[in-house]
Amino acid sequence: MASASMAASPNAPAGDWAAAPARTREVAYVEAPIRAFAIATLFWGIVGFLMGVVIASQLAWPLLNLDLEWTSFGRLRPVHTSAVIFAFGGNALLGTSLYIVQRTCRASLWGGEEMGWYLFWSYQFFIVTAALGYVLGVTQGKEYAEPEWFSDLWLTVLWVMYLLAYCGTIMRREEPHIYVANWFFLAFIITVAMLHIGNNISLPLALTSTFSYSAPAGVQGAMIQWWYGHNAVGFFLTAGFLGMMYYFIPKQANRPVYSYRLSIVHFWSIIFLYIWAGPHHLHYTALPDWAQTLGMVFSVMLWMPSWGGMINGIMTLSGAWDKLRTDAGLRFSVTAVAFYGMSTFEGPVMSIKAVNSLSHYTDWTIGHVHSGALGWNGFITFGALYWLIPVLWKRAGMWSQKLIAWHFWLATLGIVLYITSMWVSGIMQGLMWRAYDELGFLQYSFIETVAAMRPYYVIRMLGGVLFLSGALLMAWNVFKTITVGEAAEPERYAAPASQPLPAE
Amino acid sequence: MFKNFTHGHIERNVILLAVLTLITVAIGGLAQIVPLFTVETTIERVQGMRPYTPLELMGRNIYVREGCYACHSQMVRPFRDENERYGHFSLAAESMYDRPFQWGSKRTGPDLARVGGRYSDDWQAEHLRSPRALVPDSIMPPYSFLDRPLDYAGIEGHLRAQAALGVPYSAEMIANARADLETQARPDADGAAFGGRYARARQGAFDGNPAVVTEMDALVAYLQMLGTLVQFRDVTPEQLNQH
Repeated sequence: MASASMAASPNAPAGDWAAAPARTREVAYVEAPIRAFAIATLFWGIVGFLMGVVIASQLAWPLLNLDLEWTSFGRLRPVHTSAVIFAFGGNALLGTSLYIVQRTCRASLWGGEEMGWYLFWSYQFFIVTAALGYVLGVTQGKEYAEPEWFSDLWLTVLWVMYLLAYCGTIMRREEPHIYVANWFFLAFIITVAMLHIGNNISLPLALTSTFSYSAPAGVQGAMIQWWYGHNAVGFFLTAGFLGMMYYFIPKQANRPVYSYRLSIVHFWSIIFLYIWAGPHHLHYTALPDWAQTLGMVFSVMLWMPSWGGMINGIMTLSGAWDKLRTDAGLRFSVTAVAFYGMSTFEGPVMSIKAVNSLSHYTDWTIGHVHSGALGWNGFITFGALYWLIPVLWKRAGMWSQKLIAWHFWLATLGIVLYITSMWVSGIMQGLMWRAYDELGFLQYSFIETVAAMRPYYVIRMLGGVLFLSGALLMAWNVFKTITVGEAAEPERYAAPASQPLPAE
Repeated sequence: MFKNFTHGHIERNVILLAVLTLITVAIGGLAQIVPLFTVETTIERVQGMRPYTPLELMGRNIYVREGCYACHSQMVRPFRDENERYGHFSLAAESMYDRPFQWGSKRTGPDLARVGGRYSDDWQAEHLRSPRALVPDSIMPPYSFLDRPLDYAGIEGHLRAQAALGVPYSAEMIANARADLETQARPDADGAAFGGRYARARQGAFDGNPAVVTEMDALVAYLQMLGTLVQFRDVTPEQLNQH
């Protein structure tokens, strides 16, 4: 039983459940840069969602491309994807991981506050240079790896420092065990380093040129790109965010993680299997069949450890389900895990070659990505921030629980509109492409399938507007919490480990 | 020595945890990527592939710069409907000189792997300038700004960088890069030497104006050669086998 002896169990974040006498001194945690990461997460989130609404509108009303090179869909699309994945997601990951590693190790950040600020500003600089590049036409032309060679080098240095700070903090820990959230963050940091370097090997025209040619070409380039691309999903958007799940859900629910054994099994299996899944982006292409088959088989297997993580997250609420009624922040976190379960079921289904022959190249893929990005990454981040912001600013709680509930329902409705419209448009377009008339001719010209998408593109845009509106409510709520929120009782935050829970 | 080894040992040692993690995540990538470089049949043994002409290469770089791959694939799959709509399924050989590859992952617009020769130069240029003037239901952005002079001052450097990465650009091709680029954009220029260096390359006033070499010239020249190099009439099934 997971809860047999919570005080001694390694599957609870340090602080709440660890025996109080073990704590011998107060730790001066680095928090100022983490507050900055939290604000940056919100800021870039709103930028990213807004860019999404803009480019979704361009697909419904092409006049919005404005006939300017800097505002065309092709240049703005990477601004949207990078703003959401790397700016919103990345700031959330950096901020929460640096918070979590200090608390669960009961150690202050290696490198101190300077390290925190270096990571913060260096990362913001990377985001801004990359985004400016896209708008001006500086791009490597590989999805989710668009930043050019000089931005890539900058990020590589930053990432090595991040790894050092992370491991350095773990080595200073007072807890004997490394808490499970840190395994996932560590796997995220190490694997993203490997992928980033592996996929960005390129030859600049000159040291003064912003232009480079990628080293691998054609089929090898495609395999390396989707080894990178799929594992940006697997490690940036999954392993890292699972680290968040493993800290914040137990904290919000005030329960230990459901199963320690399941954590171990699902950690090692998910990081082993994920790496193989890349070729499912290349089904029926010129990639040799053996690689496609491997990609499909491993993608289907990936369903199991993914659901292992989902079960571990959701079942952590055992005995605390009533909190869903009163804690709107927790509602975000738990719904996030439900979306995670849904998209990690949909993913393996779409990786089956027969299904992929229909779904690939259509909006079904876009819908799938967004059920993961909006539902899983967005919601787990919102849930974490609603818990973390009062802690970081020493407030009694968020300014308004009601606004959190509004945010939740607006965002949920937005996601529902988004993914259902993309299911319909994607499957419809896939079927129209392969439809034959009674005389044996292709039934639809390509442009007829484009025209048929219009209503769904409008619905998708509305879904995005709802999701964005929710985030704006959140920004207002955070602003009020920080500026006029009720201060927390001093003793609640004076000691990081104030509430030892009796073993059951 | 492993008899008393438990997961607890890994959880207590961050170096061990990091090394085991790195090994675990490295395996899949190595297994899938390395053979693509070592197994020779990954690239089909077909005739006709050649490096891009300087003008086509600059056009391709504009295609990449504008993010065309966000909406257009260049990968025809081996299905009856795609073969009828777009042509023969794409080969790995056909993108062997593509840095970066532009197979794409979304078809908001149609596949372009074999768009070369499907439409006239005039149609392509006019469609890029104002897509809805020719295709009323199109949702493509207009690209009228491409009617500006092409900056090809560094064209030799582009070919040299490609050659350094393994593309068979000869010293002669690099030395004549600028002349070849201009020759291709001028239908009345003597194209004998240019044609000798780049088989099946076509000269033309791609944007309708032979006086200035524009970005439009380069992009249309690129689009017009896509998928035209391999002569499928001469290809045997044995050549297409990837083992």
